[in-house]
Amino acid sequence: MILSISWRNIWRNKVRSLVIIFSIAIGIFAGVFSAAFFKGMADQRIQKVINTELSYIQIHQPDYRQNSDFGNFIPDGSALTAKIRQLPHVTGVSQRILIQSMLASAETASGVLIAGIDPAIESTVTNLNTKIIEGAYFDGIKRNPIVIGKKLAEKLNVKVRSKVVITLQDLDNNITSGAFRVAGIYSTDNNLFDESRVFIRSSALIKLTAFPATAAHEIAINIDASENLSLVESQVKEIAGDKEVMNWKALSPEMNYLTEAMGIYMYVFIIIILLALLFGIINTMLMVVMERRKELGMLMAVGMNKRRIFTMIVLESILLSITGGIVGIVIGALTAKYGETHPVDLSMWAQGYQQLGYDAFVYTSVDPVMLVNVSIMVMITGVIAALYPAYKALKNDPADALRME
Amino acid sequence: MKVIEIRNLKKTYNTGEVKVKAVNGISIDFEEGEFAAIVGPSGSGKTTFLNMLGGLDRPTSGEVVIGGANVWELSSRKLIDFRMNNIGFVFQAYNLIPVLTAGENVEFIMQLQGMPKKERGMRTKELLEAVGLADRINSRPGKLSGGQQQRVAVARALASRPKFILADEPTANLDSKATTSLLEMMAEMNKKYNTTFIFATHDQRVMDKARRIVSIEDGRILSDERFER
Ligand SMILES: Nc1ncnc2c1ncn2[C@@H]1O[C@H](COP(=O)(O)OP(=O)(O)OP(=O)(O)O)[C@@H](O)[C@H]1O
Ligand SMILES: [Mg+2]
Repeated sequence: MILSISWRNIWRNKVRSLVIIFSIAIGIFAGVFSAAFFKGMADQRIQKVINTELSYIQIHQPDYRQNSDFGNFIPDGSALTAKIRQLPHVTGVSQRILIQSMLASAETASGVLIAGIDPAIESTVTNLNTKIIEGAYFDGIKRNPIVIGKKLAEKLNVKVRSKVVITLQDLDNNITSGAFRVAGIYSTDNNLFDESRVFIRSSALIKLTAFPATAAHEIAINIDASENLSLVESQVKEIAGDKEVMNWKALSPEMNYLTEAMGIYMYVFIIIILLALLFGIINTMLMVVMERRKELGMLMAVGMNKRRIFTMIVLESILLSITGGIVGIVIGALTAKYGETHPVDLSMWAQGYQQLGYDAFVYTSVDPVMLVNVSIMVMITGVIAALYPAYKALKNDPADALRME
Repeated sequence: MKVIEIRNLKKTYNTGEVKVKAVNGISIDFEEGEFAAIVGPSGSGKTTFLNMLGGLDRPTSGEVVIGGANVWELSSRKLIDFRMNNIGFVFQAYNLIPVLTAGENVEFIMQLQGMPKKERGMRTKELLEAVGLADRINSRPGKLSGGQQQRVAVARALASRPKFILADEPTANLDSKATTSLLEMMAEMNKKYNTTFIFATHDQRVMDKARRIVSIEDGRILSDERFER
């Protein structure tokens, strides 16, 4: 009955209650929508990095990542790759041979990291093939094609079909070199990557270095959806035995930090909104308590103890907040849900963003956990807002309150 | 059987420099089934006295013994439950919770007492019927006349099965017709449930109905008379 009294009490002063409910709703809507917007932005950025550079999971020989020793390879790479390919949710597995080398053009030379890949298979893991801005992805050059980044092409002053020479140390530490022709020039959002990473066929690299045909330094795995990451990761770990299995979060802590930082900022933002709303609710609840002094006195006289009076006031405040909160969350979530398929167009301001690797079109991303957390935070705000007014109500002396003026 | 025993009850209010002896040494007993009126001019201490009987206002000295227990020795937490279970209140106004219907107002107090739902429902019906408002069970107080609201207040006061009912100027806001019928109804309840009623009033019509009239002035009893009615 106390719950129902509290709920009905809200509607005694409809205008005042609606004003506060709508302020809460607007505040929460703003919070929920911006959270979804910025999360969408961060997710898109991360997705791009996963798709072009990182892939979801990588396998290396232990210690390989520390010293990148060419001899420290996974001997049974092909067998492992084949097994992983069988796993559910896995959409692509690419086996890579990696080696530091010098890449020289007619004019100058630059240190690069060569990735020996199977072009068709690599396309099932990363989207390098879609990042080609000049020439073609391993097409158009018969012998020894190489795909390099735009930044590097500028540095070496080479074009499509230009000849470049790779110089490297093979497994026996002999210096060897091979001539390649630029088949395609790619461009990602990451200049450093574009400048240092080049791709050739793994068969060419094997020939050049006498590398075991089934071995690999790196196995990159693509999956169907990010929510399956931990599932696939644990299965891969089982298969991979003593090899080092890392997901993108571990491979690129700064990208992981981006999501986490974004999440924290959003909560700070929402807390600031709630703090502003808090004072509005306190004010409303204080008015409520003042107005109902006599009624509260009567209730205390006839048997409502302090705990019940307190509960009644706190419930009224919670219901007020939660009603506004739910309206805000629902509208915010629906708008953000719409934004998941209908992106926000930032192209007017996007030039700066694009240089930082963000898209001009932002698809919002709603985090259900955040919606639950915001609901809880709204409820807590309601409780906090009620504390002082409820304390005032308890100070009420029934004999005093009921004396007729 | 004595319902209330009052021993040398005093209440002094300190308002700045001035001390007001609102109640100045009252000793009196009330029996089960009494229909008594405390009368006196304005400021004579009626409300103060009633509030001390009802456990709402702490006396400066003296005792209020109800059912063998000195009310003012109870902890404030116990006092609230004691009031709920032993005393019914009818005030001049603000008796009812405006957002609850007449029926819910009556039922509410029984719910606070922890009475089972079924019993509550039956008793609510019975009481509203007794005060002549069975058909208004679902009306909110705002939709009732002043007299009807006071009737609901009486039903509410009776609901907790109190040892006695305290009514401070229950008719002050009512017209003559409503006053008469409210008084008749209360007299009937008094007979029917043998519940003690104690009024504070200057209303002649209340005095005409009362079977005991206690006059007070300056916080002291002037006279205490009983009538057969
Ligand atoms: N809270 C208070 N503080 C100070 N003085 C008070 C307080 N309450 C009552 N008094 C004083 O105590 C005296 C008795 O007041 P009380 O209200 O009991 O009289 P009453 O007989 O009920 O009067 P009325 O018929 O007007 O209701 C009055 O002089 C009043 O001014
Ligand atoms: Mg009075």
